[in-house]
Order: sequence, then C-alpha cells, then structure tokens
Amino acid sequence: MQFSSYLHNGAYDELFAPDGLPRDRSEPLFQRLQNLTPEELQRHQKAADVALWNMGITFNVYGHEAGVEKVWPFDILPRIVTDSEWGRIERGLQQRIRALNLFIDDIYHDRKICRDGIVPEELVASAKTLRMACAGLEPPQGVWCHVTGTDLVRDRDGEFYVLEDNLRCPSGVSYVLENREVMKRTFPQVFEGLRVTPVEDYPERLLDTLLHTAPRGVDAPTVALLTPGIYNSAYFEHSFLAQQMGIELVEGRDLVVHDGYVHMLTTKGMRRVDVLYRRIDDDFLDPKCFREDSMLGVPGLMDVYRAGRITLANAPGTGVADDKAVYAYVPQIIRYYLGEDAILPNVPTYVCSDPKQCAHVLANLDQLVVKPTNESGGYGILMGPQASSEERARYADVLRANPRNYIAQPMLTLSTVPTIVEDRLEPRHVDLRPFVLYGKDIYVLPGGLTRVALRKGSMIVNSSQGGGSKDTWVLADPNRPRQAEQSQSQSQSSSSPALAGA
Amino acid sequence: MLSRVAEAVFWMSRYLERADNVARFIDVNEHLTLDLQGAVAEQWAPLVYTTGDHEPYFQHYGELTRSNVLQFLTFDARNANSILGCVQRARENARAIREIISSEMWEQINRFYLLMRDASRAPACDHVRRIVEDVKLHSHLIQGVLDTTMSHGEAWHFANIGRLVERADKTSRILDVKYYILLPHTRDVGTPLDIVQWSALLKSASALEMYRKSKGRILPAKVAEFLILDRDFPRSMRYCLVHAEESLHEITGTPAGSFGNRAEQQLGRMRAAMDFTSIDDVVQQGLHEFIDRFQTELNAAGEAVHDVFFARPELPLAS
Repeated sequence: MQFSSYLHNGAYDELFAPDGLPRDRSEPLFQRLQNLTPEELQRHQKAADVALWNMGITFNVYGHEAGVEKVWPFDILPRIVTDSEWGRIERGLQQRIRALNLFIDDIYHDRKICRDGIVPEELVASAKTLRMACAGLEPPQGVWCHVTGTDLVRDRDGEFYVLEDNLRCPSGVSYVLENREVMKRTFPQVFEGLRVTPVEDYPERLLDTLLHTAPRGVDAPTVALLTPGIYNSAYFEHSFLAQQMGIELVEGRDLVVHDGYVHMLTTKGMRRVDVLYRRIDDDFLDPKCFREDSMLGVPGLMDVYRAGRITLANAPGTGVADDKAVYAYVPQIIRYYLGEDAILPNVPTYVCSDPKQCAHVLANLDQLVVKPTNESGGYGILMGPQASSEERARYADVLRANPRNYIAQPMLTLSTVPTIVEDRLEPRHVDLRPFVLYGKDIYVLPGGLTRVALRKGSMIVNSSQGGGSKDTWVLADPNRPRQAEQSQSQSQSSSSPALAGA
Repeated sequence: MLSRVAEAVFWMSRYLERADNVARFIDVNEHLTLDLQGAVAEQWAPLVYTTGDHEPYFQHYGELTRSNVLQFLTFDARNANSILGCVQRARENARAIREIISSEMWEQINRFYLLMRDASRAPACDHVRRIVEDVKLHSHLIQGVLDTTMSHGEAWHFANIGRLVERADKTSRILDVKYYILLPHTRDVGTPLDIVQWSALLKSASALEMYRKSKGRILPAKVAEFLILDRDFPRSMRYCLVHAEESLHEITGTPAGSFGNRAEQQLGRMRAAMDFTSIDDVVQQGLHEFIDRFQTELNAAGEAVHDVFFARPELPLAS
C-alpha cells in the first residue's frame, strides 16, 4: 500500500503530517500497512463488514419503517492517540465530570453558584432538562452522573476542544468494545505488539460503578439495565452491556413497585432491584411523576427513588448540565467548585439568551454554527457558512422567537483520519467520544468512540446521518507505565476537598 | 429469570423447530415427487394441509403448483409460518434476550436469518434443495450450540419445552394429515399399501431409519405406534411429552409424579395417559379423534405454561 497519493484537505490529519509522511505516532502502523496491497486492505475491510453482520452489530434507524436495522459502519484503519495526549484528555475529563457533578448537586439544593452570580439563575430555571422533582434529593454516594460520554473534536490548530457533554444516557461504548473485537478478529497482524491500551475491562468497571453507588445497607445489590426495548436505536448496546455485566435487561413492563421497592417479575415471582442503570430518558421513567403517557417506565419509581431504596444511574435531572447554554459556562463552573482552570477548553460559544450575544449571532449567521440547546443526533443545526441566505433568514426568525433555545459557535474544521474509500485512502472528518465512569473514583475508558463522517467533505458524524466509526488506539509509550495503571493511581491519589463532603 | 425473557426463549425455540419441520416436509415431498411422475399436482395438497396454513394459502394462491407451494412455505411474507417468517421471529425473540443466550447462540441464529433472507431473493423452486439442506444444517448447529454453550438451567429448560411442544404438535399433524390422505377409506385399513408413501410419512418425521431398526416391516398400525408411543425416538409424541414434563419439573423443583401448578398438572396428565395407552386403544377410538384430542390438550398445556410463567401476576394495587 502506497500512501503518497493521500491528499490533505486542509484539516489537521490525525495520522499524516502536512508533508504527507506519517506522524511519529502512526509510523509503526504504517510500516505494517506498507506490506499490504490495496486489494488485501479491501479484503480485510470486507471481512470486518461480514463479521459485523454475523455478530449482529447493528443500530436501528428511526423515521422510515419502524426499527430498521442497519449494520454498524466501521472502517478498519484506526485512529491513534498518543499516550501524552491521552493523559491530558483523561485529566481534563476527570476534572470536568467532578465539577459537573457538584454543579448538578448544587442546582437541586441551594443554587449557590447562581446566588454568587456565576451562572444566571434564569438560564438554569429555563433549562428544559431541569427536573424540579429532583430538588433536595441526595443520590446514593453523592453521584449524579455515573456514566458520561463527552464529545471532543480536534480543530485545525491541533487542539482538542470539548464540543458537548452527554450526561443523560450516552450511547456508543458497546461499539468501542465491538470495534476492538472486530479489529482483533480481522486484522490481527497490524494489531499485535503495538501496545494498544486495552478497553475490554469496561463492563467490569461499569458494574463496579453501579454496585458502589447502590443504596447504603444493601448486602448484595441486584443491578438491572432498563431499556425502552428492541426498537430503540441503542438497543444493541443495552443488551450487550447487560450481557457483559451478567445483569438482567429489563423493560418497564418487567418492573413493578410493590411494598415500597422496585421488583422484577420473574418466573418465580417478584425479585427486588437495587440499582437500575436506566437507558430511558427522564421524561419516560415514571408516568406518575413525569410524562403520564409513557408506556416505557415504571409507575411509582420516583417515590422509591426519593425514599432512597433504589439507585438510578444516571440520576434523574442530570440533563440540566448538558443543556448547551449551560455548557458555555463549564469553564466558570470548574473554577467555582474546584478552584482550577479547565484543562480541556470549550469551543467559544455565544449564548443567545443573552441579548448582546444574540445580536452578535444574528449579525454573523453566515460565519457561525447555530445549535438548539437541547437536541441530540445533529438535528436542528444551522451550518451558517454552508446555508443559503433564505435558510439563514428562516433560521433567524426561529432564533428570535426563542433565543433561550439556541447557542452559536464558530465553524470548526474537524480533524481527519485516512479512511478506506474503494481502493484508496481519503481523509474523512472525525470526532471522539470518550466515556467516563463516576463511582468510587472517576475512570476514563482509554480511547473512546471515534465517529467518522463517511461522506466526502461532510462533518456530520452521527450514525443516524451516515456516520461510521473507527477503532481508537491509545498507544502506550514503551518507556512509561501502561495508561490504565497510570490512571488508576491518579484518580486514587487526587482527592479534591470539594468531593470530600459528597 | 424474567417472565418476559422466559417467554421469548420458549418462542425462539418453537419458531426454530417450526422452521425445521417445514423444511423437512418440503424435503420429503420433493423426493416423493421425483419418484412419482404424473399426478404431481395432488402431491402438493398434503404439504399445505400438514402445516395447518391451508386457509391463507388458498386466499393468496389459487392453484396448487410446486412453485406456488414452495414459495408459500419458504419465503412468503404473507405466511407467518413460512421458513423465513419463523426464522425472522426466532431472531426477533433472540434479539430481545441476547443478554441471556450465549453470543455463539445469537451469532448462529443471526447467520441463519441472514442466509434465509439472502436466499429469499431468488424464487424458492429454483434452489429448494439448497434451502432445505441449509435449514436442517442450521437447526442442528443451533441445537448443538444451545446444548454446549448454555448452562442447562432455567433458560435452557424453557427452550427445551418450547421445542418439544412444537415438535409433538408437528409429529401429530404429519400423522393425522398423511394418514388421512393415505387411507381415504376405512376399508383400506390393513390392506397392502404403497411402501413409497408410507416411507415418505416416516421420512417427514425423520423416522424411517429408526423405525426400521425397531419395528422392521412397514405396517400402518406400527407406523402410528412408533410416531405416537415410542419411548426413545426423539420425535415421537410421547418422547416429547416425557421430556417437556421433565424440564418443567427441573424449573419448578416439584418432585416427579406430583404437580405444583396447572402446567405440570396438564402435561403430567397427558404424559401419564400416553404411558398407559396401547396402539389398539388408539385405533379403537379412531386415530384422527385421538390426535384431535391430543392437539387440543397440547394447546391447553401451552396456555397453562403461559399463564403460570409468562403472564403478569395480579398484584394488589400499590397506593
């Protein structure tokens, strides 16, 4: 395989330097790839596609027929992150999640951060994801956001930025594990001996997190995963994680509240559940507390939760911290609770609920990306520089009608990674979603999900809109201890005073 | 285990067994058709009747032709019990309980489904041999994977019950329909019969070779006896009942010879009746009548399993 024809498109390329030669980090990989012909590379790609089909690694697409399954698109050329880059990402995410957890706790108690004028009270009060039903709650062990998926992007300058936090039910970790599995099955010769930091212990760590945050006084807690069912777009992930942890995968109809506890209906009667890793949005959790028409949840669940007899992971109400307008304040949030500067920068963000900032956004729509504060999956976004003037005018009307609902950011150029397109490599834009677990310590899974915009020139990486994925390799530096060991000792030794009371 | 999961295991297993049986029926009919040139049209009717789906068939297809029947039984989406339909529903059930079954089990069912889905792109009659071989092979594979990769605990026992209940039903149908067609008049009972056709009946239940070993010459009453009452043949109605009942007791822990719920009572009663029935008793009350009653009772047993293990219990209203 020759790489001389690989053309940059002006973005930061993760594997090739601007002179067209592999960066240091990708040198060993490309030495191995050089021995393959383009046909061999294609053959490996095909083998991976077949393996994904056979393993049934799919996702569901909404909008057409109910629950159409598609195979998970996967490109076998990995994305490489160096040890030192990763170290910074890991510390940055630990810091961020620690601060956000304290923020959520504060919001549902005294709102000191608002009283001290750091985050506008109005902004918090108007967040669609604020759940007043959670006011005054003390989640077991003080943990609100057990599982977080934070989206990072690398801009043209080579710097990693936090694009958004997903603190409700972030998806994708199963694909991280399955991508690795497929890589090992179909491409073992490039994998061997490169010191790729393993990811396979994630289910064990997730289970630890869930067990650690069980209600106090339960000897052997029973953990279950609550799914909306097989037509949910992330159903594969739900069943995969339940299987890997050896816990029950339950639907709302499998659960009842009886005698003050939540129980599963089994062939031998009712069995108590102590921890529920729920992959259902707050709105649908309990028709008696949130949306009355929800068929997915469990009537009375929130009463049990309030009584401290079950752990919900993530806790209801965590979404208030992933409102995109609140996101704009995260650097201040970190400084307020931890007294530190943010290790990972935010993308500069204009909050449209602020009249001055809104006016700036409206005047510069042709240069900005505007996003709704509470949508996921890439919906409702205006890509200012690429939109027509009519589109911008229409969007401006919507924005003026409800400014609270929008933020704006400069257009970033996502970094690229070589991707197999027929018999050659072409650059495709990527982002990165690392996964963070908050239990006894804060653990960051080394690598995370690299999503790829498979269409040429596109920067939309969502799988529902034609995105694919790649394996993410955190390559251990041969002269340093392995990443996993390092991260463990780090999270154990760093104890922030703010956390001590949590 | 969760009631919903138990139900999904049960049906996953039933649908796999059903797909396998449809393939076997087709297989035998193909052989038969090759042997008997002329009067071919008539040979396709019993096949449609055996599966019990003659009503939808005549609704969608007028004529009984080879290509129509094969298409209907293998890939037709309007036939819920076509091979593809069964495999699809088996897979949907497996998908709902993927965390319970082994990855190997899931992968095998998934591959089976993909194979059938791809096969359905060409008309069934163009490659029916291949389809039948693939279905039989995958059924065996899946059964092997189930037995060797999953603990023989509750899930396995529910799968076993689903498979055996389905199999008992199918064997009784083969016997009923074929016997009726092979013996249109009661006066024919006991007359020398077409060995080819009786062999075909046994083959439908994959029973010919085992029958030979245990009974020797092919005689109608002996054939019926073998398929209904044999202790050791894994497709006989009695064998299915005995082992389904065993699995039921493994699940509940109720000692053999007693019952703790309606499912055990119903299956136990049926099994006991089989233990103390001779083929003469069957012939005396009429084979068709005997089978009819068997099917009614088997349905009741299936419903009892549902009520006892799968249905949502009545709970006191939580305040």
